[in-house]
Amino acid sequence: MRVPVDWLREYVAVSPDATGADIAAALVAVGLEEEGLHGGGVTGPLVVGRVLSVVREPQKNGKTISWCQVDVGDANGTGEPQGIVCGAPNFDEGDLVPVILPGGVLPTPQGPLEVSARKTYGHVSAGMICSERELGLGDDHDGIIVLTRRFAGDDETLARCVPGADAIAILGLDRETVEVNVTPDRGYCFSVRGVAREYGHATGAVFTDPVTALAAAAPAPTDTGYPVELTDESPVRGRLGCDRYVARVVRGIDVAAPTPAWMRARLTEAGMRPISLAVDVTNYVMLGLGQPLHAFDLARLGERIVVRRARAGERLTTLDDVDRALDPGDLLITDGGETPIAIAGVMGGASTEVSSSTSDVLIEAAHFDPVSVARSARRHRLPSEASRRFERGVDPGLAPAAAQLAVDLLVRYGGGTVDPGVTDVGTPAEPAPIALSAAFPSRLVGIDYPADEVVDILRRIGCAVDADGDALTVSPPSWRPDLTTAEDLVEEVARIHGYARIPSVLPTPPGGSGLTHAQRVRRVVADLLAAQGLAEVWSDPFVGADRFADLGLDVDAETARTVRIANPLSDEEPFMRTSLVATLVEALRRNVSRGAKDVALFELGLVTARTGPQRQAPTEDVGVRPSDAVLATIREAVPHQPRHVAWLLAGDRDRAGWWGAGRRADLTDVLELVEAVAQALAVEVVVSADDAMPWHPGRCARVALAEGTVLGRVGELHPKVVQALGLPERTVGGELDLDLLTVAADHTVRARTLATYPMAQSDVALVVDRGVPASGVREALVSGGGDLLEAVHLFDVYEGGQVGEGRKSLAYRLTFRSPERTLTTEEVSRLRDAAVAAAAAAHGAVQRA
Amino acid sequence: MSGPNTSYDPVEVAALDPAAVEAAAAAALAAAQAASTLDELKAARGAHQGDKSPLALANREIRALPPSAKAEAGKRVGQARGRVAQAFAARQAELEAERDERILVDEAVDVTLPAGRRPLGRRHPIELMSQRIADLFIGMGWEIAEGPEIEAEWFNFDALNFDIDHPARQMQDTFYVDPPEDGLVLRTHTSPVQARTLLERGVPVYVAAIGRVFRTDELDATHMPAFHQVEGLAVDEGITMAHLKGTLDRLAAELFGAGITTRLRPSYFPFTEPSAEMDLRCFVCRGEDPECRTCKGMGWIEWGGCGMVNRNVLTACGVDPDRYTGFAFGMGVDRALMFRTGVSDMRDMIEGDVRFDAQFGMEI
Repeated sequence: MRVPVDWLREYVAVSPDATGADIAAALVAVGLEEEGLHGGGVTGPLVVGRVLSVVREPQKNGKTISWCQVDVGDANGTGEPQGIVCGAPNFDEGDLVPVILPGGVLPTPQGPLEVSARKTYGHVSAGMICSERELGLGDDHDGIIVLTRRFAGDDETLARCVPGADAIAILGLDRETVEVNVTPDRGYCFSVRGVAREYGHATGAVFTDPVTALAAAAPAPTDTGYPVELTDESPVRGRLGCDRYVARVVRGIDVAAPTPAWMRARLTEAGMRPISLAVDVTNYVMLGLGQPLHAFDLARLGERIVVRRARAGERLTTLDDVDRALDPGDLLITDGGETPIAIAGVMGGASTEVSSSTSDVLIEAAHFDPVSVARSARRHRLPSEASRRFERGVDPGLAPAAAQLAVDLLVRYGGGTVDPGVTDVGTPAEPAPIALSAAFPSRLVGIDYPADEVVDILRRIGCAVDADGDALTVSPPSWRPDLTTAEDLVEEVARIHGYARIPSVLPTPPGGSGLTHAQRVRRVVADLLAAQGLAEVWSDPFVGADRFADLGLDVDAETARTVRIANPLSDEEPFMRTSLVATLVEALRRNVSRGAKDVALFELGLVTARTGPQRQAPTEDVGVRPSDAVLATIREAVPHQPRHVAWLLAGDRDRAGWWGAGRRADLTDVLELVEAVAQALAVEVVVSADDAMPWHPGRCARVALAEGTVLGRVGELHPKVVQALGLPERTVGGELDLDLLTVAADHTVRARTLATYPMAQSDVALVVDRGVPASGVREALVSGGGDLLEAVHLFDVYEGGQVGEGRKSLAYRLTFRSPERTLTTEEVSRLRDAAVAAAAAAHGAVQRA
Repeated sequence: MSGPNTSYDPVEVAALDPAAVEAAAAAALAAAQAASTLDELKAARGAHQGDKSPLALANREIRALPPSAKAEAGKRVGQARGRVAQAFAARQAELEAERDERILVDEAVDVTLPAGRRPLGRRHPIELMSQRIADLFIGMGWEIAEGPEIEAEWFNFDALNFDIDHPARQMQDTFYVDPPEDGLVLRTHTSPVQARTLLERGVPVYVAAIGRVFRTDELDATHMPAFHQVEGLAVDEGITMAHLKGTLDRLAAELFGAGITTRLRPSYFPFTEPSAEMDLRCFVCRGEDPECRTCKGMGWIEWGGCGMVNRNVLTACGVDPDRYTGFAFGMGVDRALMFRTGVSDMRDMIEGDVRFDAQFGMEI
């Protein structure tokens, strides 16, 4: 909400020396956050100039420029005419125009711009003749401002427009506007009246409610007013769509009467474009008092207005010239009950729009149900100044005064005559009284508010308070429909008394159990991977179907276990990821594209892994605890989102340098990371060959718990994936389900006594078929070697002529140790032979001679 | 250098002549001293202490002497050999020490050669920031709660008193799961964890939730479609807004230093009443520069929303609002990182460029 400071001063006694910044600071304290300060952006010599001569000079680029001599009085220090090049053609010799001289500063979106004399189109242009937009007065950039036209009829201002006079004051550029953010609960602050009231609360300045005098001046309703009938076949949540409708008729408005300059200025400062007197008056009243008004062209209306819900199939062409299909939920203003002429509180229809030939108008000041308006505005994607206010709640007591102000302004500036008939139908509900214990604010805020102070504050904000000891009965004022609970009143007490006065006290919780096991596991894994040389990243979880395809995955299967976003940022990426690798590849690619060659990344994050069809999570009314069954349905509809850990390594794992060549990351590196994670969590994992995308079919390992649960896969990315995604060759990586690992790691290790007798080592080389996995041989050695086999270390793998085609030799160092005695050579030989025998039995291993 | 004595004659006893013994000893001592390397010393030792050295021969001759002469000759020769052995040992030690010293000199390397065969990785600074925040709350006796990122609308909105028609529900810029009728969204704040916690743990409860949330903002220097929040929820008997302020002041002091100035400003959120925004005094201009880019000249920087838990939220989560009160807050973790470390472009935090992480240590 933009509040012109001089308008604010009309309603509240703002201290004469208060600046816009001071006013904004005061409003923040009562909850109106500063959004910006406007005005004061033009500095330096901006003066009135009279165009003495204009030479139109066509240019090669097709433009015609105007080379002007402008009388700026003595403002240029010489009294000589100023030569200025102007691009606009909308003025003539003799016109008065605003001229910014060299040294002046204009506001631009890029920041302040200092104007200087410059050579252009073959002339030295010593300044600029300005448009509205250049001066920050509006959006108009079709031509420059012609003061003679702008202030036509405003003799007082025109008299000030002499060459050399300061145009900053004449154009109101010295005026400030404070922009504040209005929270959804305080619709009344979408008006200068509301903000003025709050300024009074914030500073103690005297607030003079403009509505008081207007309400007193407004005549009582009569039977002779324009007939209006309120109906509602399907109230929203039991509330009538329209519970008050005030209509006034003004006839004989001069169609040529301009909007007075002061009103145009205020409207512009408040962010609205002046259009015509009738429209400007409705906007002015809305901005000033907060009551949205609508002006109908009386000549195009029939005998009566009927407010009702829309019927199936009805259509309305709204003011923005869009033909809209109406919804039975839309509340309509209709002509005679048949023809729709407005969507209530949202936008009027084109057929009854006030036009340049309208001399008789009907002013509508109504109160519409916030929810009904909100739904219509949303349904038709038509957020308007009116709907914004109705949605947040308009003061239902305001309509007669607002209509009166509109009538007054149309009579005064348009020369119109008001009809004696006054329509005021409907009965808005009174705000319900709220029971409040005077001690409750203290209990909730933690400040000792004396009971009389609570009462005083509530009365200051307009509430009627009945006190019966500690028990207060509080009736909020008509403009505060947001006050419905005791807590709402506590906020009022706290903010008027001052949030700044709330003390800072630490609560004393009973004490917790520290981080959970899962939280500690996450830290261990992430710290470990970082220590292993991997950089943690977090990528956006959005992917497209093409990503699944590029990863070689079954697109249907992947989309079936994730969700699609209905309103994604990019239509190309509507799905939530089903693996971390799916988005981690993008981070890898970005690093490579920025010049990195050796990249090692990891991410811990959630993926979507829905099982079964997508289910519906019911929504419920607020403030009600759903039944256990409903809660269970809600919980179950939320798709499973396990936390994974994934990594990708490209380029060298060990870097090249003065010490020699680097070593490219390969499968062993990712297996090492698996091993490191498993060891860090004291979890035993089993690695076996696998073949699953996006991994290379011969270089993919499945990682499982000893009992068989698969944790994930690691490997080298499939060459097709590498190619499709433009990744570095031979990128390796892996992804594990961290939740499963967390569960597996949730155990306490039982410590063993360390054996201190000497160990004995024995080396064996076993020849097996090439296809036999080393893990199998190891397993056999372990089972054959028995309890005294302390360690099995594979120290060489050999394939070649000496072991025969299709065979390989695995050389192991077996370490034996007894906890009770030193083993003899014979014992060690026997144990080794037993281990080898087991490997022979399981895998046909032959001990190499 | 003297070679082995091949002209040895066992009958000849001139070797025991005192002058000859003394001469042999002197020659040996001189040779030990003259040896400049361990190899030279070894050769000299062979010549003067070896089996065929003059003193060894003399020693052997003693046996041939008549008993009366044995004692004196033995003593003379023995003393000479002792002196020689001592001299060689001393020279040996000297030369070994010299050699050891030389080796260490020779083994010197350029310690300024770059290391970096395998550079350290890093934690993401946002995660480090989250850990720091978590540890603060753990230290105060709170616990850390969690919830899913794809969330039921009921938890994200209904439970938090966002009426289906409330303007605030439209303000949220929510990502909806398709079809929207299924009632699933990407959580727009960490606040659904409040509802989950209250339903699952009951009261009293003191939990913080730190995690990723989503809004339909295009990525630019100051907006991210996904960002991080820290949510706090304390529900107990006698909880007041002063407790809220105390907790947030503590968090601000922990993250931004004890000198930080904060303010609570009235605001509105459906799930709290009374509601407030917590602002931080701009630490770039301290509120003194109307042109300040960090605070846009406002002097204050919005950090997050907070307030007393709305009774409708407590009721929806099965807590008696007449007995218990609570406060809740949701602050930006990414913003906190920006404030703390001066990150100026949010994209750096999300794009996964390892150079971003590498600026920071593993503790932030």
